[in-house]
Amino acid sequence: MPASALQLLWLVPALPLVGFLLNGALALWRPTAKAAVSTIGVGVLVLAFAAAAAAVAEFAGLHQAAPLVFRYWAWMPAGDLRLDFALQFDQLAAVMALVVTGVGALIHLFSVGYMHADAGYARYFAYLNLFVFFMLMLVLGASFPVMFVGWEGVGLCSYLLIGFWFNEQINADAGKKAFIVNRIGDFGFLIAMFLIFRATGSLDFGPVFGRAQAVFPPAGTTITAVTLFLFLGCTGKSAQIPLYTWLPDAMQGPTPVSALIHAATMVTAGVYLVARCNVLFALSPLGSAAVAGVGALTALFAATIALKQWDIKRVLAYSTISQLGYMFLGVGTGAYAAGIFHLVTHAFFKALLFLGSGSVIHAMHRAYHATHSHDDAQDMRNMGGLRRYLPWTATLMWIATLAIAGIPPLSGFFSKDAILGAAFALATAEPIWYVYWGMGVAAALLTAFYMTRLMLYTFHGATRTGEQERPHLHEAPWVMTGPLVVLGLLSLIGGLLDLPELMGGGAFLQHWLEPVTGLAARMRPAVELSPVVEWAVLSSAVGVAALGIVGAVRLLQPEALLPARLAPPETGLGRLLWKKWYVDELYDTIIVRPIQWLAREVLWKTIDARIVDGLIVNGSATASRALGWLGSRLQTGEVGFYVVLFVVGVLLVVGGAVR
Amino acid sequence: MYAQSVLTALIAWPAIAAVVVLAAPERWAKHIALAASLLEFAISVPLWWVFQPAGGMQLQLDVPWIPSWGIHYTVGVDGISLFMVLLTTFLVPLSILGSYNYITTRERAFYALMLVLTSGMIGVFVSLDLFLFYVMWDVMLIPMYFIIGVWGGQNRLYAALKFFVYTFFGSLLMLVAILTLVYLVAQRTGVYSFSYVHLMSNIGALGTVAFWLFGAFFLAFAIKVPMFPFHTWLPDAHVEAPTAGSVLLAAVLLKMGTYGFLRFALPFFPQVALHPAVQAAIVTLSLIGIVYGGLVAMAQPDFKKLIAYSSVAHLGFVMLGIWALTLQSVQGALMVMINHGISTGALFFLVGMLYERRHSRLIEAFGGIAKVVPLFAAVLTIVSLSSIGLPATNGFVGEFLVLLGAFRTYPIAAGVATTGVIVAAMYLLPALQRVIYNPLDKPENAQLADLSPRELAVLLPLVACIVWIGVYPTPFLRRMEPSAQRFIESVRPAAPAAAAR
Repeated sequence: MPASALQLLWLVPALPLVGFLLNGALALWRPTAKAAVSTIGVGVLVLAFAAAAAAVAEFAGLHQAAPLVFRYWAWMPAGDLRLDFALQFDQLAAVMALVVTGVGALIHLFSVGYMHADAGYARYFAYLNLFVFFMLMLVLGASFPVMFVGWEGVGLCSYLLIGFWFNEQINADAGKKAFIVNRIGDFGFLIAMFLIFRATGSLDFGPVFGRAQAVFPPAGTTITAVTLFLFLGCTGKSAQIPLYTWLPDAMQGPTPVSALIHAATMVTAGVYLVARCNVLFALSPLGSAAVAGVGALTALFAATIALKQWDIKRVLAYSTISQLGYMFLGVGTGAYAAGIFHLVTHAFFKALLFLGSGSVIHAMHRAYHATHSHDDAQDMRNMGGLRRYLPWTATLMWIATLAIAGIPPLSGFFSKDAILGAAFALATAEPIWYVYWGMGVAAALLTAFYMTRLMLYTFHGATRTGEQERPHLHEAPWVMTGPLVVLGLLSLIGGLLDLPELMGGGAFLQHWLEPVTGLAARMRPAVELSPVVEWAVLSSAVGVAALGIVGAVRLLQPEALLPARLAPPETGLGRLLWKKWYVDELYDTIIVRPIQWLAREVLWKTIDARIVDGLIVNGSATASRALGWLGSRLQTGEVGFYVVLFVVGVLLVVGGAVR
Repeated sequence: MYAQSVLTALIAWPAIAAVVVLAAPERWAKHIALAASLLEFAISVPLWWVFQPAGGMQLQLDVPWIPSWGIHYTVGVDGISLFMVLLTTFLVPLSILGSYNYITTRERAFYALMLVLTSGMIGVFVSLDLFLFYVMWDVMLIPMYFIIGVWGGQNRLYAALKFFVYTFFGSLLMLVAILTLVYLVAQRTGVYSFSYVHLMSNIGALGTVAFWLFGAFFLAFAIKVPMFPFHTWLPDAHVEAPTAGSVLLAAVLLKMGTYGFLRFALPFFPQVALHPAVQAAIVTLSLIGIVYGGLVAMAQPDFKKLIAYSSVAHLGFVMLGIWALTLQSVQGALMVMINHGISTGALFFLVGMLYERRHSRLIEAFGGIAKVVPLFAAVLTIVSLSSIGLPATNGFVGEFLVLLGAFRTYPIAAGVATTGVIVAAMYLLPALQRVIYNPLDKPENAQLADLSPRELAVLLPLVACIVWIGVYPTPFLRRMEPSAQRFIESVRPAAPAAAAR
């Protein structure tokens, strides 16, 4: 039976919500009370983490196979729709809740230092707390609509935080773009809900997944439509092809926001959704193949763009898109635990990379500020040799780089290998997965390369920051480096979470998630690779990663780099990559501008103003005025005559209608 | 006592108060009107508890009015009209309070007209006699005509006339249809009666004439909704009307159209309403309203016009929900009717507050003002989010239920309607950005005053409703469910199950 900590599960989302309300009130009425804001903002996160940890500890002791559902109130009862406001807790929710509150707490702490001088400090923490509330609704919701509250809610907070410095139009534009692109994905989520409700008569996870096998014929049209529409939602929230374009722009937000929302938590919501709906995806091989294929393609495609970005955060943004692609490759392959495993380790090392870049930008920014320079504090061409000024940041970011590149024994190695291994294994049954696996391996090569490039250009070689600025470059205060150290440690040892059996490990996470993913796993063809093949697959991935790092060290020449101001323009393929394959321009030309033109010129100015209103409405008014002129001949001024006319008219009309 | 007289009191009291306002000194007018409307609201509040969800049409009062013509004064409410009544009594005091600074000329007349308008609006929703309904329909038409025409903007006469001619044209058609209907039923039963219940129970099969009668009701109500292509009076009326006029026009008057469909057009003529061609036409027009209304809204430079076109889109959801005839979709439609009143009403208040400060409604006149007026920006953001249907706000509840239910009847149409969710973000968020975000590049905006306590008093009740209905709509849904069920049953059995499209 559930006992105290689990019964207080509502506290986990409620605490950040309270934080939002308090900080929101402070933002409006006492924006300068920064001490109170920090205490509330960070405090609620620490408490939420503690509450989540207590719940997980208690839950682990129950050895519960089914999710625990907590119903609070009837939300939308209408006919046969019985929808409650309810949370649920299971093994998957436990993992997500710990990541969200744990990494969230660290990033809140980092923000205390990073945002210290900002005039919108209270507003920032209000939004950040609100984000955590919605993210917890997303992972703890017991039904599709409650999850959708979180799903759109995190999108809202993302919108508010991307455009946090809203007086710059570029920031406000980026926020708006994120919201609208996400709405396209949400359209898919909504249609999927309607299909599910039509078929199963419910929107609660329990009944839907319980009835799925009975209601949806395997590989049928309906279940394929459901999974594809759900995945459309994922491509929006989790920035996959074709809806990934908002995420690089989202880097306009404060860097801790990029770390929390646009790397560690929100953007992984799509992966969580697929893992949550594993029964549905297992019923649709086509849907799963689409998830894996789009994931693999995105992993590779985004990695190519990351090769040529100069803005340190943009590199990390494309890297995030690429890594999310891996996660989708994992869950699309049916390796749900592997996908979640990579989600967790990625949360560690990518949050570290973003916060590290934040530490770099912080230092650069202060240096430029001190000298009133207008150079770009995020352009790597203006950096170089920073390890001398930011030794902690440099070391910790190297750990994260090796982790993301997949170098053993760091965390990323284990999780990426789990995904690639699973893809290779499935390929023996379904050959298309060889292509997916190949794309994953190619992306791993590029990942190692572009991350090494980032590190070399930022921290090594000669310092390209101006002479005057250099004395102002310093390591950040402890509130910022402290969280980095913790994340560095987690990036280092995160692999312990799921050491593969191949190496004599206990595959803890896989077993832990078994109650959630077991059914779906059994619905898939079981493929066992021989240990020799497994070792071969594994070493090839490590080899490729090593190749990427060595290649970058050999090929790149940080010494030859010029500061951004002096740098020559990119040409050829480099320009194509630097311009992100011109996808934004393409979308703008074939979608955004035609819609705007259609709305303004065709629908409004032509159809609405000229035809409907001008021709028909006012035209008939003119016509009746002409008639009225004729009619004026009938106007005798005798009231009695009018009455007669009126009565005759009414009788004619009534008579005509009756007959 | 309360049960028998409350609806009559709600109709009569504002009319009486209007006389008092006219008699009182000019500078007291608004205060008296506010007090009267608050009392009106207070009278209506117990309805929330007195109303019996399963009790059908209730709180009825039936007295002969012109017995020789079969005309009675009959009023009553069910779970459909209850919320329209409460929405009206809730919004009128806010509209009056919101007009305190806006209306500076002929205050007595303005507030008296507002109160007469209230009587008319309540009357429309509670009339159970078709003659009384017709009278009330015109009673609310005339004050609104003057409110737009006298206190409106520069082009007010054109807008007021367009509003009047359009609505009056519809109402004349409706009158003809009512008279015909009474005549036809009288031929069968030998009783001339305008009673709703009498007509409903004796309407029988009408044959082809039903198409003509439905057509007349359809035009009257479709103009009011407004459905494409009968909508062009709305942007003009909204833009020119003073804030209070825009608020009540959007929040209450438009609902008279959809209410008319729910109360009269469908239950009277189910075989017409469910005719495949009629269904196809109405569902198509609803979809056009949703998508076209949203896209045209996107192109508007005038904030008020943008909101006006967004109303076309919102009401498109209502029409789709009504015609889909599932419990979810009809309850959703009723929720959208309430929510649109709250959210769009709030939007008009907010734009009006901007107008009072800058005398401009153009989106381009602003920019970056979140820095200057953070409270205003926060409220505008919340209201905008509710208008685009963010989950956990009221807007989501209605739209979600409409689409979820409509998907069962018309999956393709509901799918198309769901794109309205994207379009809504495409018209409202850019407008929001251009008003409160972006650089603060116009010096005249740098000194804007943030919301005053009076303005907060207008907006906070609406914001509270946005959150309440978003998080806990159950009390609303429970109260309307039996009536929605009865509505569906009154339409459904008349025809074989609606052909799935």
